[in-house]
Amino acid sequence: MTTHQSTPVSPVPASSGPMTPLPARLISVEKETHDTYTLTLEPPSAPGGELASRFRPGQFSMLYDYGVGELPISISGDPERPEQLVYTIRSVGPVTTSLVTRAPGDAIGVRGPFGTPWPMTEARGKSVLIVAGGIGLAPLRPAIYHILRHRGDYNRLVILYGARSPRDILFKKELSAWGLLPDTQSLITVDYGGVSWRGHVGVVTTLFKSIRAQPAETYALLCGPEVMMRFALRELQIRGLPKNQIFLSMERNMKCAAGFCGHCQLGPFFVCKDGPVFSCAAIEPWMDLYEA
Amino acid sequence: MRDKAWRLGPEHFGRLISVLAEQGYEVLGPQVDGPAVRWGPLTGPDELPQGIGAETSPGHYRLKQRSGPERFAWGPSPDSLKRWLHVPEECFVHAAQDNGAFHILPGEQPGAPPGGAAPPKFAFIGMRPCDLAALVRLDAVFLKGPYVEEHYSARRREAFLVVVNCTASLDTCFCASMECGPGARTGYDVALTEHTAEEPAAYLAEAGSARGVALIEAITAPRAEPGFIAECREACKQAAAVQRRRVDWRTAPAVMLRSFEHPRWEQTARRCLACGNCTLTCPTCFCVNTIEHTAIDGSTGGRSRVWDSCFTQNFTYIHGGSVRTSVKSRYRQWLGHKLAWWQQQFGTAGCTGCGRCIAWCPAGIDISEEFAALAGTAQGGTGA
Ligand code: SF4
Ligand code: SF4
Repeated sequence: MTTHQSTPVSPVPASSGPMTPLPARLISVEKETHDTYTLTLEPPSAPGGELASRFRPGQFSMLYDYGVGELPISISGDPERPEQLVYTIRSVGPVTTSLVTRAPGDAIGVRGPFGTPWPMTEARGKSVLIVAGGIGLAPLRPAIYHILRHRGDYNRLVILYGARSPRDILFKKELSAWGLLPDTQSLITVDYGGVSWRGHVGVVTTLFKSIRAQPAETYALLCGPEVMMRFALRELQIRGLPKNQIFLSMERNMKCAAGFCGHCQLGPFFVCKDGPVFSCAAIEPWMDLYEA
Repeated sequence: MRDKAWRLGPEHFGRLISVLAEQGYEVLGPQVDGPAVRWGPLTGPDELPQGIGAETSPGHYRLKQRSGPERFAWGPSPDSLKRWLHVPEECFVHAAQDNGAFHILPGEQPGAPPGGAAPPKFAFIGMRPCDLAALVRLDAVFLKGPYVEEHYSARRREAFLVVVNCTASLDTCFCASMECGPGARTGYDVALTEHTAEEPAAYLAEAGSARGVALIEAITAPRAEPGFIAECREACKQAAAVQRRRVDWRTAPAVMLRSFEHPRWEQTARRCLACGNCTLTCPTCFCVNTIEHTAIDGSTGGRSRVWDSCFTQNFTYIHGGSVRTSVKSRYRQWLGHKLAWWQQQFGTAGCTGCGRCIAWCPAGIDISEEFAALAGTAQGGTGA
């Protein structure tokens, strides 16, 4: 069976199913670090396009670069600013590199939002501990924005962030601004400090001793390299956080985000629809299995 | 509707095909195609295999001449209905470049072939009960949400299903233990059972839907006698009784959990070529990859999905590397998904017991034997 048909034969309206990317105009590309950029888009103008920016913290979109490819990308913007779509992308492969080198005015295809959100409702009245590594801070930023907009709904906010080196620190200005807010801690650590670095050096779990929050009334939200999350969730349980108050966001290869392509499977889970956010209670047995 | 049963002679079989064709169906049926039975367009009963059986064992498939009048003694064909409903390659996004932007072009109607105006209306005549069970499994993947795959859905909705219950199992069949055969349970429009004690063979016909009843009434077949019904049922029972392979699939989720690091995976990985034959012949393996294609001047482009296999290295690639690099982990994903995790995902095992993966594995790896070794239940899946 051949596939591509460049001239459409039957004048059927374009499908708007979950598999069709809708063009969204790029407003700006902002450089965050040497390899990471934040893209701001207008919601697609096509019918249904406004749904693309109605997301819950932790969800992701599929971003399509015409002729290059498509990838799952976490939404890193403010859930209460639906007039824009914000993504923070580390350029590591052909599609991400092409996406971050697009110019304002160009169009990028958007599908979604997809996946499970962070437990913002369940965490109400509790303290929230954010543990992020590298680009893992991007899907957590909407959760932070949400807490800051509804500050009275939550107790303490603790943000622990680990980056490879000082030049890899994402959202640096915001991280230090958040640290100045009442009832909020924001701590950064790096793996390699270099001579001019005055801050913490070490993996993110070494910051755990500085947390000022009661474990039993704390929700922890984790996103970063899998090995980091594995040690973090172990360490958090030692410190008395119950499993059902620890959540983490997983990353897997995804071609569809709708449960059709099979690529994102992890044991019984489809990371695209059962995740990406999982409770520790559900995902922990699978975290320790090598090559699952 | 099982209380209604008819007896079809050769003339009725011909009418069954022509009435479906008159109703606008594209009638497909199994035919001998070189060294194998494969599905293709069917215009009359003479195109069906006759007196043909098949001999299978791990890594082995041969058609065999038989002396009787049977048309359906060849077990499952190497291709399955997923080739027609979940097609190997399909373009699902058509786009055109537009000065740095792009727009989505109207494509064919969901499910329609390239250039086709409407989705095909297939009538499958002679599918095996395990093929039918496989469709029910694909339905769970593509139709049960949260999203509906619209191309599969459009083709599936139209399909008319005539299943033929098996009265001859192949050596690699284990559908009885998977509860998917050799008699069809639900989901068909018409179920036939071949009565080979007479020549030419006659068929017991039972309807599973209103349109199935309408079809049989349209071909004016006589009611079946109780003795004839009993003989057909007995032949089908015999096909179950001779199956030596079995898989105790209900235990699979627990077995997978406790045997994740079983040494057997390593041993099997030394034999497995990671060729993906098992996933291609599997009637329920649904995984796809996507490919981009653009016209040479970049003006138009699109995305297609193509069948993929969890045996490929790239299947789990994320920046920095693949999750499942070893062949051991990929074989484990395949077996674990088919037998165990599918149950947690969709409520049934992903395996129907058709045995295709056993016959078509160039290394002769046998899923029933592998599972038995992991479960520690027997010498192998064929053990008594
Ligand atoms: S066994 Fe592999 S190819 Fe088949 S459906 Fe499962 S993950 Fe996909
Ligand atoms: S089990 Fe057999 S058919 Fe499947 S990938 Fe391995 S060698 Fe190929």
